[in-house]
Amino acid sequence: MSEPAVAAAGIHKRFGSTRALRGVDLTLEPGRCLGLVGRNGAGKSTLVSILSGIYPPDAGEVHLNAPLATVFQHSMVVPGMTVAENVFLGRQPRRRGGIVDWRQMREQAERVMADWGFDVNASTPCGNLTVEQRQVVEIVRALAAGTRCLLLDEPTAALERGATERLFERIRQVRTQGVAILYISHHLEEVFEICTDVAVLRDGAKVLAAPLGEVTKTDLVTAMVGNVPARARAQLRADAAVREGRPMLTAEGITADYLRNVMLSVAAGERVGVTGLRGSGATTLARIVAGAATQDAGTVHLNQRQLRPGDRAGALRAGIGYIPEDRQADGFVPLLGAAENIAMTVTERIAAAGFINPKRRETLAAPLASRLSLVSAGLGQPVGELSGGNQQKVTVARALASDPKLIVAITPTRGVDVASKELLLGELARITEETGASLLLASDELDDLVICDRIVVLVRGEVFAEFHPPFDREALIAATEGMGAHD
Amino acid sequence: MIKTIDKASVTPSRSAAAISWIREAALLPVLGVLLVVGALLNNHFLTVSNMTGVGQQVSALGVVVVGESLILLIGGMDLSLESTYGLAPMVAAWLIVPAASFGNGMMLGSFLGIVILLAIGVAVGLVNGLLIVKGRLNGFIVTLGMTILLAGLQNGTVKGQAPFNLPTGFAYLGSATIGAFPVSLIVAALIFIATGLFLRYHRAGRAVYAIGGNRDAARAAGIKVDRVRIGVYVAGSVLAAIGGLMEAGRVSSVTPQQGYQEGIIFAVFAAAVIGGVSLQGGRGNMVGAASGVILLGLVQNILDLEQAPNYWIDAINGGVILFALLLARVIGGEASAE
Repeated sequence: MSEPAVAAAGIHKRFGSTRALRGVDLTLEPGRCLGLVGRNGAGKSTLVSILSGIYPPDAGEVHLNAPLATVFQHSMVVPGMTVAENVFLGRQPRRRGGIVDWRQMREQAERVMADWGFDVNASTPCGNLTVEQRQVVEIVRALAAGTRCLLLDEPTAALERGATERLFERIRQVRTQGVAILYISHHLEEVFEICTDVAVLRDGAKVLAAPLGEVTKTDLVTAMVGNVPARARAQLRADAAVREGRPMLTAEGITADYLRNVMLSVAAGERVGVTGLRGSGATTLARIVAGAATQDAGTVHLNQRQLRPGDRAGALRAGIGYIPEDRQADGFVPLLGAAENIAMTVTERIAAAGFINPKRRETLAAPLASRLSLVSAGLGQPVGELSGGNQQKVTVARALASDPKLIVAITPTRGVDVASKELLLGELARITEETGASLLLASDELDDLVICDRIVVLVRGEVFAEFHPPFDREALIAATEGMGAHD
Repeated sequence: MIKTIDKASVTPSRSAAAISWIREAALLPVLGVLLVVGALLNNHFLTVSNMTGVGQQVSALGVVVVGESLILLIGGMDLSLESTYGLAPMVAAWLIVPAASFGNGMMLGSFLGIVILLAIGVAVGLVNGLLIVKGRLNGFIVTLGMTILLAGLQNGTVKGQAPFNLPTGFAYLGSATIGAFPVSLIVAALIFIATGLFLRYHRAGRAVYAIGGNRDAARAAGIKVDRVRIGVYVAGSVLAAIGGLMEAGRVSSVTPQQGYQEGIIFAVFAAAVIGGVSLQGGRGNMVGAASGVILLGLVQNILDLEQAPNYWIDAINGGVILFALLLARVIGGEASAE
């Protein structure tokens, strides 16, 4: 094997009292793709930041033998500029006098695209591209700058299945042409699909490193979780028969962007999953039920009472708790503390004459926080400082704080590590059982949906099929693609 | 990250609280230095009469800063507060004073005048709020247009004259004293304290921070975002009108220049931002805003006492603002002075 593109040895990093990394060694070889996995807070992001040179390690060394570039979760392209401009951002080909040579820039961008086998039009404004194409632009930008080592930080977090496949195809192309790749992901299937090697971080230390052929998924999960027994495993209900109670929620004739005349009902205590590809309308339907989006036509009734379209505050009063899809965008207020975020839905309960008693706020938030194993430096710590998984726990706790009759959850485990995922799903299942609340769970992750009593599949804005346990994974996937017989 | 989860999640963090306290008090050492410098330069500086004088001078500005801070906290901005600060007392005074003092001859009572002044505040805030929140117009441009419109009305109402001879009742807030203390200073201090407590403990006050910190998250949590935002624009304009009433009482007339032509909005923004109220919303508090106001007042007072040459006052003031911003950044850390 040729010399490694990147060799890091004995990396230590400490943030205050937290030892984020404890002597991590890592090498990236040309033509190999190393999958880096670990739970939230295991040190993955810190390692990526150190390799990218965002901050220096406290101890240890990083040797770069090839230029390195990082593609982050959040897109770093300028939407108003064309693909070519983004590819050559900050180092445009120039003519005499510093004038940008537009023609040459476009031609060079097209050449790079062709060289690497990509197919994005260089003159398109990046704002018109899909998320997947933007990621391609970022990869091309790195390659055009001579990068022979790529760090991909959860590149598929915002992609649906088809786009993920296409992105993987591109990553493979790049790898076989001798680029070294570090691939960070929460999805073990993806790691098995795209990577050649895998390394597992736990509590800032590398606990496993092997070529992928030599390990199983179970090995990885065991390494990630350590000796802690997996708690609160989401289990299928024994009485999986659909509850025959009267419907507590009925949505009729719902028509909106992505939705055409959809009818959905949820019985008291029932857990209903809604799934489909991106653009199928599954998340839109859930948002409409929660009052977070407005339908063009159709009605939503909760316990025979009609809800006003798009009135989130009204839906909350009526008893609908809401776990939104994008926690960064509408899940929490980053500057405010965990307790305040959790209690935000129920301020009237902890206030006297409108004035809030901070002690009562903490008393209300603490049981929810410990129930969801929230890790923070105290409930006053701004949520913006917490890790992604813990931010999600705050978002879930906020929905549960109002003792909802119906919980509307949209992809509640996105970006959350395997163990926290099971914990969150387990708690959602347990709470519905304890309180008799219903659950409407919209997700494109089939693993989330196992806690449901019934799964509704939407295809292009219409109900396509309905599944009952035990769920047939293959049939479900086929149905989301619009294939297979109706159930 | 190894932590005993249960303990960590229920014990309030002492250090986090300490850090936020330091941020709130970031300007206190600067104020201390200014007091020492002022005292060394001039014997008269640290006297009760001078200090209450400073207090009276800045209380009108301070009340407007409270209003602007509220609006900044929800992630908005309002340039028209300076014109409300001029127009509201102008219309009220015009309806109160006799024609000989450039009134319109209606000679309403002081009480009715103050009611009208407050009503103008409510009306301006409501129009701004509705245009920005319901009409989804850009707040900067809406309030820029509004400030020019209102300043024009202020000038046009009295055709450039300055109503004077304000009756005692109308001028009371800006001119009376209780013992050694000007009423305006006491009222301004009460407004700062009440607003501070409101922001810290009241549901609507916490909603202000939630909306400024992340509007969508606040909405998803069931907070009535539109209502709170409009309410804050109204509160801001009413406070600006009250500030204008104080200023009118202090100088015992309302000049067409009061507010817009004096350009007080720059001092308002400077005080708020120096005091740590973020222009991006969601961050800041009344302790900081008050420190910002006092800082500007002390600098002004030192310059006055030292009889700084008139032509250079603006340059010195601007320099002080930039310096104070830098200082706030250094002391308050990354997040301050944004």
